[in-house]
Amino acid sequence: MKRIKFFLLLALIIFLFSLPAFSGKYILYITIHILILSVFALGFNLLLGYTGLLSFGQAGFFAMGAYACAKILLILPSLLLGTMTGMIAGALAAFILGFLCVRHTRIYFSMLTLSFGMMIYSLAWKWREVTGGDDGLVGIPRAPLEIPGVFSIDMNPMGNYYYYYVLVISLLAIYLLYRLIQSPFGLTLKGIRESENRVAYAGISVRHYRLLSFTIAGLYAGLAGSFLPPLENTVTPPIAHWTHSAEPVMVTLLGGIHTFSGPIVGSIVFYIIKDIIVRYTQYWLIWFGAIIVFLVLVFRGGIVIFLIERIWPLIKWR
Amino acid sequence: MIEKLLFQTLIGLSFSMYLWLLAAGLTLVFGVLGVLNFAHGSLFMLGAYATFTFYGKLGLNFWLSIFLSLLCVGGIGVILECLFFRRIYHIDLPYQLILTFGFILIFDDLVKMVWGGVAMIPPMPRFFEGNFNILGRPFPYYNIFIICAGIAVALLLWLILEKTWWGRMIRASASDREMASAIGINIPLLFTNVFVFAAMLAALGGALGTPVRVVAPGIGTAMIIQAFVITVIGGLGNLKGAFVGAIIVGILTSYGILLFPIFELFIIFVVMAIVLMVKPQGLFGK
Repeated sequence: MKRIKFFLLLALIIFLFSLPAFSGKYILYITIHILILSVFALGFNLLLGYTGLLSFGQAGFFAMGAYACAKILLILPSLLLGTMTGMIAGALAAFILGFLCVRHTRIYFSMLTLSFGMMIYSLAWKWREVTGGDDGLVGIPRAPLEIPGVFSIDMNPMGNYYYYYVLVISLLAIYLLYRLIQSPFGLTLKGIRESENRVAYAGISVRHYRLLSFTIAGLYAGLAGSFLPPLENTVTPPIAHWTHSAEPVMVTLLGGIHTFSGPIVGSIVFYIIKDIIVRYTQYWLIWFGAIIVFLVLVFRGGIVIFLIERIWPLIKWR
Repeated sequence: MIEKLLFQTLIGLSFSMYLWLLAAGLTLVFGVLGVLNFAHGSLFMLGAYATFTFYGKLGLNFWLSIFLSLLCVGGIGVILECLFFRRIYHIDLPYQLILTFGFILIFDDLVKMVWGGVAMIPPMPRFFEGNFNILGRPFPYYNIFIICAGIAVALLLWLILEKTWWGRMIRASASDREMASAIGINIPLLFTNVFVFAAMLAALGGALGTPVRVVAPGIGTAMIIQAFVITVIGGLGNLKGAFVGAIIVGILTSYGILLFPIFELFIIFVVMAIVLMVKPQGLFGK
């Protein structure tokens, strides 16, 4: 099983790197979106799946990342700087707000994160001088990736460099998160999810760990958000809306919350389902909503668990 | 300035009543069934669309249209509760929330499919045309009617819950589901009734809003979030709190539009966050 997993992963990575060789712009565009959603949802799942906290305000941190990156790119066109700023903005916002949020758990935590997320949304929507109001920020350049004096790569929309840029950073971020979860830190988080009191008895500050987990989730949301402005050349307030916060929740539950790969698989399936349904009807959300409802009622483990427990034994048996 | 604020208070009060009708059902369902229903706003929207169809399109009597919409949305409520919500009472919070969110997606696209994506506003019923003169400004008859209707619903709810047998059963099963079941209350039936009742309250809010507020696909998600703020301020599951919360949010919104338009929406969520941090059980929680 372990070896197969390794080869599957290797195949996937090779596939992703060779994708531009045989596919068109549309596929690359969708793949970038899948990567963005994966990073966003993975950070979210550190909170839900590993720490046991359901945040409904992640879109706020996503938007912080996107707006911060957009602002930087408008002033100083340097891609790396934009991404870094977005990440830091997401993490910083999550750290400050997390300080107030992590005292609560369960529904109160969800409501509190919802209210902070909506505060960020209302600023993005109304504070016209800074955020451009409901028009958003427009004309954001796809800045070159450069370190002055060392190298400079042009991120021209005709080339595939931006795809590689997002791919490399996302894979790196995913790998780092994977290592983090395997570390004692990750185990402590799982401990908090299972039994808060026991972890507290072991002399560990539950609140500090929750805050750290919240900050990392914010950092990943900020990173995911910062990929957006150079891709779309605009940022608009709906990315901060609470309905956007539901997106990582949906894909994470779709893929499964108790597996590391769940959010990634969920993101892939989300875009595939969307792409297939949209070919037949523009009202694809009806069907997607129906899938969500079906999923919650019938198999709550998520796709990954379903594959491992039901499908995998069938293959192995033969 | 004082006059201006007083007048704005009245406008806020009439807006409060739509919020109250929505939040009442939301908090009732949470208090009794234990589910925080994101899709409750969609029922509000469906109520508005149904009334728009009966009254604006088919030209039926205004009151009859409202009555028919309540029946329609009540019917949808029966389907929702019996087929779906009934199965999620025992499962984890994230799954509950996301199931109700799934219904938002379904209903939002459904109304786009049936009615199209444009915002619509039907004409005002003839007998509501005209204004009172309050503090030298015209104040529509319709807003006065809305305020009265909201207060009437509040009184009615209070009467039902405190004075009737059905209300007692609801209160009993809200405080201890198993014990209520043990003394012979038919819990599944009661839950269906409560859910349908809440759905009809939401639909009433939507229906009453049709002549003055816009009917558009997004109104459900926009309203539900304010209803969340209200239920949190008043305490989850607390009806009295929801009424006061609705008035606070409605008046705050109308002052906000006048005094600090940039932070109008922002300030509501600040209030919500402060209540959650200082007194998570709500202003009226025990």
